[in-house]
Amino acid sequence: MKHLLGIADLSRDEIETILATAEEMHDVQSRPIKKLPALRGRTVVNLFFEDSTRTRSSFELAAKWLSADAINVSAKGSSVSKGESMRDTLMTLDAMGVDAIIMRHAGSGSVQQAAGWVRASMINAGDGMHEHPTQALLDAHAIRRHLRANDLGDIEGKRVSITGDLLHSRVVRSNVLLLQKLGASVVLVAPPTLLPPGVENWGVEVTYDLDEVLPEVDVAMMLRVQRERMSGGFFPSEREYIAGYGLTAQRLTRLKPGACIAHPGPMNRGLEISSAAADASQSIILDQVSSGVAVRMSVLYHLLAGNTGSDRRD
Amino acid sequence: MDETTRAMLSGDDMSWVMTRMTHEILERNHGADGVVLLGILTRGAPLAKRLAAIAARDGQALPVGQLDITMYRDDLRANPTRTVGRTILPGTIDDRTVVLVDDVLYSGRTIQAALHALADLGRPRAIQLVTLIDRGHRELPIQADIVGKSIPTARSERVRVALTETDGEDLVTIERGGK
Repeated sequence: MKHLLGIADLSRDEIETILATAEEMHDVQSRPIKKLPALRGRTVVNLFFEDSTRTRSSFELAAKWLSADAINVSAKGSSVSKGESMRDTLMTLDAMGVDAIIMRHAGSGSVQQAAGWVRASMINAGDGMHEHPTQALLDAHAIRRHLRANDLGDIEGKRVSITGDLLHSRVVRSNVLLLQKLGASVVLVAPPTLLPPGVENWGVEVTYDLDEVLPEVDVAMMLRVQRERMSGGFFPSEREYIAGYGLTAQRLTRLKPGACIAHPGPMNRGLEISSAAADASQSIILDQVSSGVAVRMSVLYHLLAGNTGSDRRD
Repeated sequence: MDETTRAMLSGDDMSWVMTRMTHEILERNHGADGVVLLGILTRGAPLAKRLAAIAARDGQALPVGQLDITMYRDDLRANPTRTVGRTILPGTIDDRTVVLVDDVLYSGRTIQAALHALADLGRPRAIQLVTLIDRGHRELPIQADIVGKSIPTARSERVRVALTETDGEDLVTIERGGK
């Protein structure tokens, strides 16, 4: 594996390997010395053309805990704001000899395109409305940990609902692909205006009725309403959105015992998710954050530690 | 077993050797107080458990854990990435005597990696090394405190330790290699 561009490119075996390694990486977070020497001498760049807190800092921590050197480049305050093209920015960083470029960009498919320009490994940290593979991997990791901790088996055969602004979400695409590869069934819940085009070909169930879905699912994943990507009126009012699709305190009682609540963050508390749900005992939202570092350590390890990395320099 | 393979330790031999090694560990440390066994994955882990079980028969409790050194290997870049195993410590190793247990001592690089891993996990009072087989050919100044059996080998030969837990039988063999 040289790049991580999307879940679509990963086999189930590769996914299982990444998740198994992440399980071991998780232990490092609870150690007094959070360091492994595996990537000593390697350099990774966080190249973020869009803002991010958790993804960027979690990749940075993952790299540092594996002893790699990590630098952050954001569009603001870099040559990008002077008009440098994405291609020139990438080729400049690549010419400095970095080993991996972790990139977030508003253009769907941009990371795949970038992979053709550089020698470094490219890791997709979110490309437009296309994919966000490490988010899906960390979601699966957090769900699996919840299931195991409660003796509920594995992801295979489980039912997961993904509710919210699916149209603008890259998380939903990666999650549907990954959950299906791991043998789960997915039901998407959203108002018709926030469903992605072509969703009928995804092999998932689609419904507009959250109340009907909640009692049947093992995982209720809520997605953020991406106000910043919305130019028109996708729903009449926030109040109506909450009434139809918000995980309110009242709806919380409809979840079946043992079901968990997930949200990739950042959350709009009081809109797609109530504080009662976000902070509930069955919420795995903060576990998703800690799983994020473990999964990204695993991804960096598998992309950069082996001989595929050193061969690249030849 | 073909003619290129020689048996060095049978199941019975191994059981006798393990008993002797356990007694040596207890003797060396004046009992089990403050001593922790850590088996290096993969075959060191069941060996450490066996040592602890033998000690328990004599009424001595040796806490036992396992240590994965994958991330600490100095040849990570030379090989494809491998699956990472789990490190399990039986409580703190601070101010304990950690007895590392492995199946074969060869170049010493595994032990070097284990020492680095331990430094990240705590500060033991002392670290000792126990190995079932010492086959020589050290590349680093490392030696075992307790050895089950020293087997002089050629570099081209291969020492194989089979254990019931991982391989279905207890047997140590040497396979003659190429030139």
